[in-house]
Amino acid sequence: MSPWLAPLPQSTDLPVLLPAAARLARSAVAERTAGSFRLRLHPAQGVVLFVLFLVGCGWAQAQVQPGQAGIIATLWKWTPILLGGFAFNLAISVVAMSAGTVAGLFLGFGQISMLLPVRKGAWLTTHFFRNAPWLVLLFYCMFLLPFQIRLFGVTIPVPDWMKATLGLSLPVMANVSEIVRGAIQSIPTAQWESAASLAFNRRQTLWMIIFPQCIKRMLPPWMNLYAILTMATVLTSIVGVNEMMSLTRQALSAEDRSGLLLAFYSYVLFWFFLYCYPIARWTVRLEARYAVDS
Amino acid sequence: MPAGTSEPIVVIDAVHKSFGQVEVLKGVSMSVPEGNVVCVIGPSGSGKSTLLRCINGLVPINQGSIRVAGFDVHTLTTDQQRIALRKEVSMVFQQYNLFPHKTALQNVMMAPIHVLREPKAEVRERALALLAKVGLSAKTDVYPGELSGGQQQRVAIARSLAMRPQVMLFDEVTAALDPETVKEVLNTIRELALEGMTCVLVTHEMRFARELADVVYFTDGGVIVESGPPAELFDRPVKERTQAFLSQIL
Repeated sequence: MSPWLAPLPQSTDLPVLLPAAARLARSAVAERTAGSFRLRLHPAQGVVLFVLFLVGCGWAQAQVQPGQAGIIATLWKWTPILLGGFAFNLAISVVAMSAGTVAGLFLGFGQISMLLPVRKGAWLTTHFFRNAPWLVLLFYCMFLLPFQIRLFGVTIPVPDWMKATLGLSLPVMANVSEIVRGAIQSIPTAQWESAASLAFNRRQTLWMIIFPQCIKRMLPPWMNLYAILTMATVLTSIVGVNEMMSLTRQALSAEDRSGLLLAFYSYVLFWFFLYCYPIARWTVRLEARYAVDS
Repeated sequence: MPAGTSEPIVVIDAVHKSFGQVEVLKGVSMSVPEGNVVCVIGPSGSGKSTLLRCINGLVPINQGSIRVAGFDVHTLTTDQQRIALRKEVSMVFQQYNLFPHKTALQNVMMAPIHVLREPKAEVRERALALLAKVGLSAKTDVYPGELSGGQQQRVAIARSLAMRPQVMLFDEVTAALDPETVKEVLNTIRELALEGMTCVLVTHEMRFARELADVVYFTDGGVIVESGPPAELFDRPVKERTQAFLSQIL
């Protein structure tokens, strides 16, 4: 059933490495089913970020000239605008995730199709978009897509953020495709056999028996992918979308004074951490819970 | 579809099956009259489970013929044809293989509703009766994960029976159970056998085979070494290999 997943080497000749080998093998399996690296966020990292932020603030405060506002006041002044940009990041992440998930589901099922051309095509598409750098895909979408579409005489503008969202949804699609395929193939073949013995056909087996069991297994890697995508939304600043990163750059040039760089960027980083940390923690908890009863 | 009682419902003739280079079945023949209980015994790796999987078309054969309940299993090529066969031949597995996301009752009801397309109320009534029959009336709404091995296996038997098959295949159904729960599963199968259900069992339960089987087949190395009524095969085995095997386990 799973010719795609060769067993991972589980052994080592050095006994001292055994505990680490077991742990690494576990995470390797998890990452392979997830199809992407696993985000590991710890509270300590938040603390480090916060300290970095404080250092940045101190640095900036020390360079404040007479007559200029203090660093905290400056940050406070820009916060509404920056958070507006952050909301844009989140909007892009939600739309890209939704579109990528729907497309990825189709592609994932394509990868286990009984029809060879469909299977090969889905495999090729998945691996192309999974292995292409996200930024390259983003640039492709930005510069290859028209800035407006004519449909039945109606001209629909395609704004930059929409193209950028599409660009980000492509790697999401490919990763979801791998998550779906991995989850379906992780269901024991005994379930297929047992369904076949009860005279279920393949479609019924997949929809009523196999896929419902996959959802639990797909949830942690899917959430992990979402956290990674959220962090990747700042890439859209490079192609000119007015999200948090672009706005920060604009704020910095508007302030036109030295020393703000570290404070502002660690502030941005801190917001991303605040958003992604709970997702990462929840993912780990779900993983642990589902690992037990499967 | 069922022919006269004298005619065998399962006829296996000179079946060969290889997995890659390994030949698992090397010309196996047997026939099972309707209403009979047939036990297949033998050492691990002798092809017993493969033989059972060939009967309901889970495993395609390379050579020979299999005729089950009016179907020529070796000629079936499409999913649809195999589905028609599997409506008549049910299988129970060593590892139960219940659907873990469905309750015991749902497990039993699923196939009759979605495969046989029978009305839900009718299926529900039958499923409840079957669960009562296997002694699990109190567990209808419980998920497989919360049931013991023996209970899961009895649900699996009820699930197979819900399809109202003509033939039941049992693949070492007690091998994964602890000795105490083996009995409850065997009792369920005993009832079925006494009601006249055609059963083919691959088993290591020699006492059970001796008590219930009409014919016992001893397989080794992909061939049937010896067969006969349990009294003969267990007490007066002719072949040396059979004697050796029985002396090891009895």
